[in-house]
Amino acid sequence: MNLTLKIWRQKSANDKGKIVDYPVSGISPDMSFLEMLDVLNQELIEKGESPVVFDHDCREGICGSCSLYINGRAHGPQTKITACQLHMRSFEDGETIYIEPWRAEAFPVIKDLMVDRTSFDRIQQAGGFISVNTSGNTQDANAIPIEKENADKAFDAATCIGCGACVASCKNSSAMLFVSAKVSQFALLPQGQVEATDRVLNMVKQMDEEGFGNCTNTGACEVECPKGISLENIARMNREYLTASLKG
Amino acid sequence: MSILDSKIPEGPLADKWTKHKNDINLVNPANKRLIDVIVVGTGLAGGSAAATLAELGYNVKAFCFQDSPRRAHSIAAQGGINAAKNYQGDGDSTYRLFYDTVKGGDYRSREANVHRLAEVSTNIIDQCVAQGVPFAREYGGLLDNRSFGGVLVSRTFYAKGQTGQQLLLGAYAAMNRQIGRGKIKMYTRHEMLDVVKVDGKARGIIARNLITGEIERHSAHAVVLGTGGYGNAFYLSTYAMGSNVTAAWKAHKRGAFFANPCYTQIHPTCIPVSGDHQSKLTLMSESLRNDGRIWVPKHKKDVEAIRNGSLKPTDLAEEDRDYYLERRYPAFGNLVPRDVASRAAKERCDAGYGVNQTGEAVYLDFAAAIERYGKEQAYVKGLNVDDKKLVTDLGKKVVENKYGNLFQMYEKIVDQNPYETPMMIYPAVHYTMGGLWVDYNLMTTVPGLYAIGEANFSDHGANRLGASALMQGLADGYFVLPYTIGDYLAHDIRTGEIPTDSKEFDEAEQKVRADIDKLINNEGSKSVDYFHKRLGKIMWNKCGMARNEKDLKEAISEIAALRDEFYKDVFVPGTQDEYNEELAKAGRVADFLELGELFAKDALEREESAGGHFREEYQTESGEALRRPEFQYVSAWEYKGKPSEAVHHKEALEYENIEVKERSYK
Repeated sequence: MNLTLKIWRQKSANDKGKIVDYPVSGISPDMSFLEMLDVLNQELIEKGESPVVFDHDCREGICGSCSLYINGRAHGPQTKITACQLHMRSFEDGETIYIEPWRAEAFPVIKDLMVDRTSFDRIQQAGGFISVNTSGNTQDANAIPIEKENADKAFDAATCIGCGACVASCKNSSAMLFVSAKVSQFALLPQGQVEATDRVLNMVKQMDEEGFGNCTNTGACEVECPKGISLENIARMNREYLTASLKG
Repeated sequence: MSILDSKIPEGPLADKWTKHKNDINLVNPANKRLIDVIVVGTGLAGGSAAATLAELGYNVKAFCFQDSPRRAHSIAAQGGINAAKNYQGDGDSTYRLFYDTVKGGDYRSREANVHRLAEVSTNIIDQCVAQGVPFAREYGGLLDNRSFGGVLVSRTFYAKGQTGQQLLLGAYAAMNRQIGRGKIKMYTRHEMLDVVKVDGKARGIIARNLITGEIERHSAHAVVLGTGGYGNAFYLSTYAMGSNVTAAWKAHKRGAFFANPCYTQIHPTCIPVSGDHQSKLTLMSESLRNDGRIWVPKHKKDVEAIRNGSLKPTDLAEEDRDYYLERRYPAFGNLVPRDVASRAAKERCDAGYGVNQTGEAVYLDFAAAIERYGKEQAYVKGLNVDDKKLVTDLGKKVVENKYGNLFQMYEKIVDQNPYETPMMIYPAVHYTMGGLWVDYNLMTTVPGLYAIGEANFSDHGANRLGASALMQGLADGYFVLPYTIGDYLAHDIRTGEIPTDSKEFDEAEQKVRADIDKLINNEGSKSVDYFHKRLGKIMWNKCGMARNEKDLKEAISEIAALRDEFYKDVFVPGTQDEYNEELAKAGRVADFLELGELFAKDALEREESAGGHFREEYQTESGEALRRPEFQYVSAWEYKGKPSEAVHHKEALEYENIEVKERSYK
């Protein structure tokens, strides 16, 4: 396959940045999208040019590092996968592909396609945990049975990989899907009840302080989420928030 | 005479850990506030250690090269975590988990360490549930279990195919709580490039900020490495792209002995290599062997027909299939341990029965499981069990519920639907049992320098059983190190803050800077990946699933030559004062090029077959691994300037509670 890549290049956070064209040839349809970028980078290195910087690590769709906006969609044209799981067989020979970083005020660009997502960590630090010390002297794991339906829903919410595709896809750059996934995981489990009030208030407060936008229920986040995190979680968080606000 | 003191406590096996905890020194809560600990790596081991040490009151500085601690590669572990809870009432016990682990490790691990691991395993599950980890549950609301390779009980707890992710997010949450309280200072996108020793003790590290390129000095009273394994020496592996040996290797060069580097786990069920462009391999969880049957065609003519596309595997009659694991190992069948399953796949493929174009793939088939589950569901729902389509549809739903995300992952990569046609799989490098030598307290041969999780060598012997990596990582971090490190730190309550302007820090920083200057100013012509791929080929072909004296000797000289070539001809673009992934990679590959040689040297020295280490010269008549009693020791290597000059130390392994037997899964 021969392709034309139009890639966002930006030297540093302060640089203005621009789209640069790169032709690539001899791409196999069996390559992953990131392996295609590896080919480009090897060519750039051989020419003495600076390789394109992008976040990546596990390359199997679970670490949440990769964060490419491909042809106007987070993680590219396929649904329910990350960019590292995308293969070139999803593209046509001769195609032009636009590759950009996540765009959001709360995700400043570090270099090229790499952005700073530490705002996500700070939201988690504000309340995304259950305050139990790791003594091992907790009660037996089977002491509290949990209805399978709730356990499964908590798991589904907990599969969020923190990639930020939801924010990148949202016209308001809202982080509601990300935050609600963690709030929901704990709201659905008995262990999460004790701190439920503070958790949702603190996490939402931190989310707002980081500069994420509001939710206007367009649902783009759910469509682009590589793990299929459901909008139901946002509804649940809104209920939790309302209850907590009335209590607090 | 060995200079290694494993510090295993006296007394009966089952009492050792309890007694040890009662005997060791404690640090009072007020004094803990005066003590700093550095934790490098934030996977299950490092993350859980950092959180627990901070909870106890120590000042923790944690480092990871990823942009968030949540992304460490523990996240990719799929199948589950073992614990001797015996919730299934199927005869499990602490002793049995201990026994299975020692046997699974081919009698090359320490009894006392493994027993402690089995003891604390149950606490891990309690702890994780209390943290809100959403394990799989049955309809009655209690925790579900499944079975893994090399055992005859169901003791594996899981969260679909994402157990590592859920456990790591639990540890990450525990860390976040402490970061929020200011007890952990988190340094992301930082790479440790050296350990600093003051008066013979580990007192800090030199780290590089990967974004700015700044070289930083960090001091502490103790340094903990939870930096994972070194499987990326093989270039292609199931490790993350960034996984590396650098932290452990720098520690080795500062005096920490490196133990059993040749013990590498080659996992039997991975997606086969598709071409030269490949950057990494993807694991298909061992849990799939609960329900998948592994086979190749019985006859060469069918192999040919399958390869050229004229025969579909689903059309091959039952009697023309060779379910070789069920044939060779009737007792354990498809659930033999990983080393055994991998070698059996290699044996069939070497004999010409591989089912893809490269001849390096076998089938993992779910048709029988789909039918079995489908019938069960039809009975439960009172439907017609003879309706084939109905049964298949019902069965597929059950399989999807159990392994859906793995099947989806497979389909995305290979572009084939595993519900309709069997998966193709082949072994790939997955885990390293070897690592930094540690004593019972998890301290390396450098005082104050600890190694936990996959970075140490201690619990898995020559082969790790499935679902035991998560168990060991969390056991070390949550329940072992937090006790044992206190014994050492109790002597540091009056030391005060460790200054970073000492000559030792100067020297270490200068060395790091010199190494970076050398790489960045090298006017070579080849990329870092070029050398990494070549190293990987040597490792895979000569130090892989089967090894022999001739190949290993060649590997040693070829790796040494490749290292020379690397320093002459590697080209690193850009500067050191910016985000420069090529520079970071160059440093890591430089260390792999040294480790690789020690790896081959260790494999050459070990004239026996044990677990993941298979020497062709030492096998039984039926082709099974042949252990030799004279090699019942841990090899610990001391750095002396070059891998070729490393000094060999032995720690004898004694088995007082388990009879050392031929390891049979027949």
